Amino acid sequence: MNEFWEAKVKLRWAELADSYDVVVIGGGGHGLSTAYHLALRHGITKVAVIEKSYIGGGNSGRNTTVIRANYGIPEAVRFYQRSLELYENLEAETDRWIMHRVGGNWWLVHTEAGRRTEQARAAVNQAFGAKTDFVEPEVIAREIPGINMNPLGQFPVMGASLHHGGATARHDRVNWALAEGAMRAGVDIVQDVEVTGINTSGGKVVGVETTAGPIATETVVSAVGGHATRMADMVGVRLPIRTHPLQAFVTNHYERKFDPIIASADLGFYVSQTARGEMLGGAHIDPEPSYSRRAGHHFVNSIARNMVALFPFMSGLRVLRQWTGTCDMSPDYTPVMGVTPVNGFLITTGWGTWGFKAIPAGGEAMAQLIATGETPELIAPFALDRFARDRTLADRSSSGTH
Amino acid sequence: MIITCPHCGDRPFDEWVHGEIPVVPDTITDPDERDIDRAYFHNNTEGVVREAWFHLAGCRRWVVITRDTSNGVRSDIARG
Ligand SMILES: Cc1cc2nc3c(=O)[nH]c(=O)nc-3n(C[C@H](O)[C@H](O)[C@H](O)COP(=O)(O)OP(=O)(O)OC[C@H]3O[C@@H](n4cnc5c(N)ncnc54)[C@H](O)[C@@H]3O)c2cc1C
Ligand SMILES: [Zn+2]
Repeated sequence: MNEFWEAKVKLRWAELADSYDVVVIGGGGHGLSTAYHLALRHGITKVAVIEKSYIGGGNSGRNTTVIRANYGIPEAVRFYQRSLELYENLEAETDRWIMHRVGGNWWLVHTEAGRRTEQARAAVNQAFGAKTDFVEPEVIAREIPGINMNPLGQFPVMGASLHHGGATARHDRVNWALAEGAMRAGVDIVQDVEVTGINTSGGKVVGVETTAGPIATETVVSAVGGHATRMADMVGVRLPIRTHPLQAFVTNHYERKFDPIIASADLGFYVSQTARGEMLGGAHIDPEPSYSRRAGHHFVNSIARNMVALFPFMSGLRVLRQWTGTCDMSPDYTPVMGVTPVNGFLITTGWGTWGFKAIPAGGEAMAQLIATGETPELIAPFALDRFARDRTLADRSSSGTH
Repeated sequence: MIITCPHCGDRPFDEWVHGEIPVVPDTITDPDERDIDRAYFHNNTEGVVREAWFHLAGCRRWVVITRDTSNGVRSDIARG
């Protein structure tokens, strides 16, 4: 709550009306951003955001806050680069300090094959608008504080792709800034109200049922994170989504500055420093689907071993907290957004372990789709029908877990 | 999480490999659509599910278990 008051965010909670032009289900980053862009870019303000718990209480307040555009396929690089640029401007636009900080994302490699993979990634990034270079070990040894260039004997640091725009931002503040902006423009946001049903008539959405009563609307946006299939079940739409827990942790504060965001696929972790100086690390995805938010110590053990090997200074730190979110995983590690076979039922899902960075561009695109009735070119490849059309967009290695 | 193996008894979760048993709804009748559904789509049930698990670091056999995905606490055997 401290940060909340400090930033003087004015959240005005609404009473639900009987009908809206648009009902957004879920007050996570994607739902809030959709409402924000509807109101501020398109003047559509008869909008409700309905959150069953508290805003940002889902994955949008549980992630490790990495913002980057160094993906492996053109469709993704373009989209995430747009989001990265919107994030760079979000403080100015909302007049709220979201603690946005560009540190650069270093993706380390430890094998010859890894070098070729990251060189290819840098080339795809450059070709589609993201700034990424391949750098040699000398640069890493010089630029990364406290790094051990030969961890565990078998993982020599043999280079990295350096994504210059890689950044972090305080997740809660992003959610609050978007909520405040939307509220100020006239959007109604309610907490502690659950959507329990979606009513259709002749294949069209006509309203939603909630724990606070029925609401009439012809446009519903499902932005419910790990509960995506539950919403789609209500209108008989099948989704290519499975819900998996993802765990992360944070240490006590490290008294020196650590700017870069470091990732290593071979060592199985990534780490960055928060504005409070804590080292924020992740992540472990449970291989079996589950809605459980229980956290286990098993993954902390294995990740801590590898982290300390690469950064010996971390042996002096202690794990303060660990937590879990439930992620809406798509089979090709690419988002699933836009229209569905049910008229008026729109989805924004498949955000998995990677959707925090997508909050600005995701909401911008969903709002544009609603306002114009046409799917923006930027998200057209992410349509649900790509699976039936055999046009999946496999991008597993660059989605990582952040 | 502990998974009870009919051959080996209660065994820690990291000895196992998860396998889904796809359930295509009866309402999908077109054979091509059934194939697509089996390949990509999921019930993603929040509650009790039947699944195949492979006991990799044990008897190396597939067993069918039921598991409650809403709490992740414990699994019991449905059929060995
Ligand atoms: C540990 C962890 C680390 C991560 N790290 C990163 C990272 O570094 N970078 C990155 O880009 N991404 C990361 N992610 C992924 C990112 O957090 C998510 O993809 C993103 O926050 C999804 O936002 P969302 O708005 O779609 O969903 P959520 O934030 O989960 O919001 C969905 C909301 O819907 C509400 N809801 C559900 N059902 C109902 C209902 N019936 N009625 C009303 N409301 C409902 C929920 O209460 C919830 O608040 C991470 C995720 C986790 C868990
Ligand atoms: Zn066994």
